[in-house]
Amino acid sequence: MSEPLRYTYPVNGDDFMSAGGVSAVVKKTLRELGFDKDIIRRTAIAMYEGEINMVIHANGGVVDVEIYPDRIEVALKDTGPGIADVELAMSDGYSTAPDNVRSLGFGAGMGLPNIKKYSDEMRIETQVGVGTTVYLTIYTKPKA
Amino acid sequence: MTDRDLAKALNLTVFHEGESREVCTGYCGDLLSWVMGRAPVESAWFTVMNNNNVAAVAVLREMACVILTQGVQPDAMLLARMKSEDISLYGSAEDAYTLAVKTGTLLAEA
Ligand SMILES: Nc1ncnc2c1ncn2[C@@H]1O[C@H](COP(=O)(O)OP(=O)(O)OP(=O)(O)O)[C@@H](O)[C@H]1O
Ligand SMILES: [Mg+2]
Repeated sequence: MSEPLRYTYPVNGDDFMSAGGVSAVVKKTLRELGFDKDIIRRTAIAMYEGEINMVIHANGGVVDVEIYPDRIEVALKDTGPGIADVELAMSDGYSTAPDNVRSLGFGAGMGLPNIKKYSDEMRIETQVGVGTTVYLTIYTKPKA
Repeated sequence: MTDRDLAKALNLTVFHEGESREVCTGYCGDLLSWVMGRAPVESAWFTVMNNNNVAAVAVLREMACVILTQGVQPDAMLLARMKSEDISLYGSAEDAYTLAVKTGTLLAEA
């Protein structure tokens, strides 16, 4: 099994109520593939946070999921405003969420920290005015 | 104590009675990502947020049930999603603190 399983999903930029639709679909797929509960939970939470960020901060984008024998790799890509200071954005409690989404319960500034917490590896590539890609990896086998 | 036992003891309004789940603890919070990152699994979750994203967090955090406090009503999408996920959704006129205190007593007795 050298080629990974690949899935691509669009994320609709103006649908605050999609409520992590892509994450839910991937969760179902991982369940069908027989992954461990904890792996599925961590992947789904990290993806949900990334997906919501694409909706509320970046007007949507595309999510790529690749499943390798030993890991799940997810790339959440958008062509939104980018992040000027990634370190600041990653810190607990930092948020630029507008009032209309705060009233829905977003804006704790905990989404990116949650992605870091629930994934094994996380990397952000971003350029102001161009867009942001959040990469995350979850290992599915104990490391040798 | 199951979510049903809790609903009965706290005299909660039943918006949806889902699959019966064990309530192991409780959690109060309205900031969704905060709840996502910090709430213990199998909690009774007390919140005033009433949109669909509450259901997403409840599923991902494996909540035992969700209780909307202080008379908040679920919006239509939240109710529909809680039904499709089959997680109990309750309501109360009381605030989160009052309900949490009562829940704590019930859990200690259970
Ligand atoms: N895809 C993105 N494009 C542009 N900016 C982003 C993106 N993702 C995150 N950010 C920036 O990083 C900040 C922190 O993100 P984080 O997810 O931690 O918090 P939040 O989305 O503001 O609130 P929460 O996730 O707690 O509801 C955001 O407020 C925003 O400024
Ligand atoms: Mg966020």
